[in-house]
Amino acid sequence: MSVTEQKREYTVKDFGSDQDVRWCPGCGDYSILSAVKKVLAEAGVPPEQYVFISGIGCSSRFPYYMSTYGIHSIHGRAMAVATGLKVARPDLHTFVITGDGDALSIGGNHTIHTLRRNVDITILLFNNQIYGLTKGQYSPTSPFGKKTKSTPMGSLDQPIAPMAIALAAEATFMARTIDMHPKHLMATVKRAMEHKGTSFVEIYQNCNIFNDGALAYAQDRKVRAENVIELEQGKPLLFGKDMNKGIVSEKGHLKAVRIGEDGITEDDVLVHDEEDSESYHAMLTRMRYPELPEPIGVFRAIERPTYEDLVNGQIERVIERKGKGDLQKLIVGRSTWEVHEDEAEAGKG
Amino acid sequence: MSLEAQPKTPKEVEELPQVTIRFAGDSGDGMQLTGTQFTNASAIFGNDVSTMADFPAEIRAPAGTVYGVSGFQLQFSSSAIYTPGDVVDCLVAMNPAALKVNLAELKHGGVIILNEDGFTEQTLKLAGMDRNPIKDGSLGKYTVHSIPMTQSTLRACEEVGLTGKEAGRCKNFYALGVVCWLYSRPLEPILDFIEMKFKDREQLREANKRVLRAGYYFGETAELFTRVFRVRKAHLPPGVYREVHGNEALAIGLIAAGQLANKPIFYGSYPITPASDILHELARHKQFGVKTFQAEDEIAAICAALGASYGGALGVTASSGPGIALKAEALGLAVMVELPLVVINVQRGGPSTGLPTKVEQADLFQAVLGRNGECPLPVLAARSPSDCFEVALEATRIAVKFMTPVMVLSDGFIANSAEPWCFPNTGDLDPIEIEHTDEPNGENGRFLSYKRDEWLARPWALPGTPGLTHRIGGLEKQDVTGNVSYDPENHQRMVNLRQAKVDKVAEFVAEQEIMNDPDGTAEMLVVGWGSTYGAIRESARRLLRKGVRVAHVHLRHLNPFPRNLGAIFEKYRDRPVLVPEMNKGQLATLLRSKYLVDTQHLEKVQGRPFTTVEIMDAAEELLAAKGAKK
Repeated sequence: MSVTEQKREYTVKDFGSDQDVRWCPGCGDYSILSAVKKVLAEAGVPPEQYVFISGIGCSSRFPYYMSTYGIHSIHGRAMAVATGLKVARPDLHTFVITGDGDALSIGGNHTIHTLRRNVDITILLFNNQIYGLTKGQYSPTSPFGKKTKSTPMGSLDQPIAPMAIALAAEATFMARTIDMHPKHLMATVKRAMEHKGTSFVEIYQNCNIFNDGALAYAQDRKVRAENVIELEQGKPLLFGKDMNKGIVSEKGHLKAVRIGEDGITEDDVLVHDEEDSESYHAMLTRMRYPELPEPIGVFRAIERPTYEDLVNGQIERVIERKGKGDLQKLIVGRSTWEVHEDEAEAGKG
Repeated sequence: MSLEAQPKTPKEVEELPQVTIRFAGDSGDGMQLTGTQFTNASAIFGNDVSTMADFPAEIRAPAGTVYGVSGFQLQFSSSAIYTPGDVVDCLVAMNPAALKVNLAELKHGGVIILNEDGFTEQTLKLAGMDRNPIKDGSLGKYTVHSIPMTQSTLRACEEVGLTGKEAGRCKNFYALGVVCWLYSRPLEPILDFIEMKFKDREQLREANKRVLRAGYYFGETAELFTRVFRVRKAHLPPGVYREVHGNEALAIGLIAAGQLANKPIFYGSYPITPASDILHELARHKQFGVKTFQAEDEIAAICAALGASYGGALGVTASSGPGIALKAEALGLAVMVELPLVVINVQRGGPSTGLPTKVEQADLFQAVLGRNGECPLPVLAARSPSDCFEVALEATRIAVKFMTPVMVLSDGFIANSAEPWCFPNTGDLDPIEIEHTDEPNGENGRFLSYKRDEWLARPWALPGTPGLTHRIGGLEKQDVTGNVSYDPENHQRMVNLRQAKVDKVAEFVAEQEIMNDPDGTAEMLVVGWGSTYGAIRESARRLLRKGVRVAHVHLRHLNPFPRNLGAIFEKYRDRPVLVPEMNKGQLATLLRSKYLVDTQHLEKVQGRPFTTVEIMDAAEELLAAKGAKK
């Protein structure tokens, strides 16, 4: 971001484009769009400093509805496009908007490699466990046995856990949030934006047309408290309407317990640490409803140099050592010879 | 043998106009290095040179087998040459397999230099040979010099302190020494190379120097050779020259383009034969601000390059046919979002994995037509190693002028071939002018991202610029505003505009020149593109010596074709048109469909370039057929 840019107040309106939003009425994407615009308005950085890059799918129409720079690219490739942009232009705030099909199926490779490089971009993965734009086929996050248009007898594919993949790909920042939990959504997007490195945010998002209610256990305010744990740095893993349930580790396995029963106190409950070991973060990624409550919030936030800094650092170091490149010297190469006028007869052309 | 030994008999010196040598051995024998060093010595001596690498796809196929034979051919000459030579004058074979694979191309009476120690019972068996050709008289029609190279090499580095295995590996320099002596080459450039290459490894440096000299002095001392050969300096146009390979010239051309445009090059690439050397070369030159990105796959490579272009860098990606196939969808996106991008295809034999290390020109259709939808983009082809430099520059000029992806075609022959390059002075190269919009171009301060200039190019507005925020993407754009539009009339208009823009490139680039026919009276026209340049040019020259006049048109611009190409066909209307290609007639088909010209195609898809004779024969047959018809 340009430091000379004068900070000024922005409103949500400053970040909205003049295009009609064409998502289905009631789609979870609306609340995410609204939350992102609010977060950007509060950040005090002008719209032209942001680039939103998406792939293909319902969520990937997102950039058209922002007044920032943006690319609606091709299926699965948004992270690759974003990587090139960020390496060329580290000054820009770059977002990737993607979905479960875009990022975990057709673009799974780019997800892994973007994360391991730690390119300083913010990835918002809208996970609705279904292919919406192609009208309702199962996605890589759909549960086993899911009946869809392409799986009338039930899906035979084991679903993959986005957070587990992110961790395996050496993610430096991973978080989960929910479309219908605006406060949490905004706070999480803000944290992700502030992280230096690739931030990976899985957003549970409802497709009210093809997969309505699939994630209701986490979205519905009436039951959410029993089914999710809001992670907070340094705080115990407590959940439940009365915050009287917790997570303990027993022989390396996580288990939900009730505080006050079987002599269990709050001290027995695990305390969340974003910088803790990979094995702890791995256990969090494996907490699945209904066996356990599912964590939301920042799972992991660690520091590691960003890819673009490393790329540009190498260039700077070479220039420091050798000076800027001399084109003539490069063209001349190591050894040359001269043909003089008197030797020249038959031309070669 | 003493290194100081004087020649026992004065040898006869025979002058030759040009010589073609092929070095052949196991892929681990260092034949490519040997050939390269001989080429370098010849170029510095002042010959014109042309080379061809011929190596297997396997890095180290089982030693001694015919699958593992690696060859390097070069022609060096006292006059201008354009090919690595049709037939081989001298074959250096390090083992029976190398002899077996390459003998057919050796001319009758040609010279064979063998490593006698490489011909054991075991290696003969591996090569599928029942008898030892050195002893059974089957090589009677050649001049055979059988030299115990391995033994001599081991003796030469006895005192250096290498292990037997390490010392044995130096035998390629022994062979090189012998050949240098036989063809009166200076050793200095090779000694300089050894000095540099083994700068930090004293023993290897010393060993290789000793072995090289030992080979040279062996030639001088041994009774084996009754005469030596000499090829005088070539008469090349005056100027300063260096030797350059195709991939190297592409890399230098890209860096030059970045410097002339005052923009960083972003090179996204996934390793693939025979394009990887461009990545290696560029990665060595970070002091020019070049950013090389080894992507996770071909698709990421092009997408990242496109993202970099959006940000204002010069995005470049390169691959070979299979990789270009993977990039096709992103190429469509680049056409749709109208951003500059240079895409290089170093073609190899196909389809599928095909012949990874061999040459073919069968990706022309892929370049011109191989995408979904109406998806035109400019296509250029390099005709020789040094031409790669010019083509890289011109492709960049077109890409930024027209806001379009540009495809550059090279091939496995050019990529690994070397030739003398009368390189330019950077001061003589035109800068590449780029203008980034920084003000709204519409009414009421609106930015119209698809409002076109006189070349039909849209503005290149960089993210970060206030007031110009806009969104681009793969969905059809509304003319002028760039908003998403599914309007039928608008789609037709946009398809037409994208085509018209690419067609306009013909107005921007030079007219096509006709070679070898100053007065327009040639009996026929040969049209080629890419690396067939050398073979066609040489054929035309040789035919002229026989009194057959053949005009030669060599296309750099394959889409759009040069604006005067129609007029050229009109001019040669009543004369045969021959199109030699290393494919089934792809250019011939494009020319036929566009100009209704009755082209005759000459095809070769054998993973090897045309020989001069093949093109000469086809030309003469065509003329004879026409004569018979009259």
